[in-house]
Amino acid sequence: MSVPTIAVRGVSFAYPDGRRALDGVDLHIHPGERVALLGPNGAGKTTLVLHLNGILTPQRGTVEVAGIPVVREHFVEVRRRVGIVFQDPDDQVFMPTVREDVAFGPANLGLRGAELEARVEAALTAVGMQERRDRAPHHLSFGERRLVSIATVLAMEPEILVLDEPSANLDPAGRRELAEVLRRLGLTMLMVTHDLPYALQLCDRAVIMGAGRIAADGPIERIMADRSLMAAHRLELPLGFDLDLVLRLRREAGGNTA
Amino acid sequence: MKLAATVAFVLAVVATPREAFWAFGVHAAVVVGAAAAGRLPPGFLLRRLLIEIPFLLFAVFLPFLGSGERIEVLGMSLSRQGLWAAWNIVAKATLGAAASVILAATTRVPDLLKAFARLHFPRVLTAMMGFMVRYLDVVIGELGRMRTALRSRAYRPRWIGEARALAAVAGTLFVRSYERGERVYLAMQARGYRGVMPELEAAAAPTRQWAGAGAVVALAATVASLGWMLR
Repeated sequence: MSVPTIAVRGVSFAYPDGRRALDGVDLHIHPGERVALLGPNGAGKTTLVLHLNGILTPQRGTVEVAGIPVVREHFVEVRRRVGIVFQDPDDQVFMPTVREDVAFGPANLGLRGAELEARVEAALTAVGMQERRDRAPHHLSFGERRLVSIATVLAMEPEILVLDEPSANLDPAGRRELAEVLRRLGLTMLMVTHDLPYALQLCDRAVIMGAGRIAADGPIERIMADRSLMAAHRLELPLGFDLDLVLRLRREAGGNTA
Repeated sequence: MKLAATVAFVLAVVATPREAFWAFGVHAAVVVGAAAAGRLPPGFLLRRLLIEIPFLLFAVFLPFLGSGERIEVLGMSLSRQGLWAAWNIVAKATLGAAASVILAATTRVPDLLKAFARLHFPRVLTAMMGFMVRYLDVVIGELGRMRTALRSRAYRPRWIGEARALAAVAGTLFVRSYERGERVYLAMQARGYRGVMPELEAAAAPTRQWAGAGAVVALAATVASLGWMLR
């Protein structure tokens, strides 16, 4: 078996106000997997994500990224490998121009000059935003800012892309364009979302969190078809969504192309 | 480059003796020339100059309030010293403000920030200015949405007691901005930020630009010193 990209073992974490956010979480993600992290608000999804690159450190248990323990002396290496795309692009994209912002991550890794320029170019091209490189972020549309915030992380050449609510606030076309970009990237992916059709469209495995624990983990078709499990964790497909039809189409298309 | 030239030009204007009317004429010509070179319509420049009106109002009072020798103008008794002080403020403020407006209008903000960085301005300060520019729109947008929400619930402040909601809005805005600051910092950390902004290359100004700007500054400085000598 390959070295897991992410290995979370027995992680517990409580916030300073005593709220227990994680309570013995175990999660392994292997290269090439695309995993949806589902669960109601307050289940600990975001807290878990912040453990993956050492923004938060576990009070019990361990986190490893590609076999490297997430401890202070490896923070730089770990943060290069785990690219987190936050929910609000305005939080992530903060430099005066798109180009400078995409350069921020790799520059922190010590890249300079032509090498840095090439990274920026490649990352912007990967999300189709190369035409916007000299624009100010606040002059971009919301969908464009989302794509740029993904580029800022791609520029660090991560091994896994972690997305927090990637489809939030996007219009339908922006949603579809983002799905196309994410699919084209072909990276290992962990996607935190309430948007179940989107998760079904992009992921092959689903993990449900509830009250700081992993409540279920398996192929996304099986998880979503388990109505009582879904209902127990306040997970609902949109009204009128025909899961059986989508699953049948998926099977007929031979895999994850719904 | 333009930044350095503007600062130097403003210094030269301020150093010009107030009695040298002709010197101010030359300075004004330089400003007009720069505006023309930047293809700025005069109306635009004048509108932007409205910002100095509060200072000018102060200057207008000086001749009435000033002490010392008084002269009669249009039947009003004015202080000679006050007149000179007022002229001094009006002329220098207008020229300085005009120069700054031209700089701001012909330079993109990112270039301006890079210029500060090139001139070895402390990086923390340039980063702060950058953040300010970047998030001004975001905060204004938030304020606008909060105002719309207030008005949608028929909020119309008519006396001071009803302004309490505005104070609450200001407080909420502050807390939200503070929280956003924390989230931005988190996102920066996630991309390997360790307390020092990486030094991104800043394009050096071409020599020809330096020569042009240098000429403007030299002219202004010469005029200023001539003004003192011919006094």
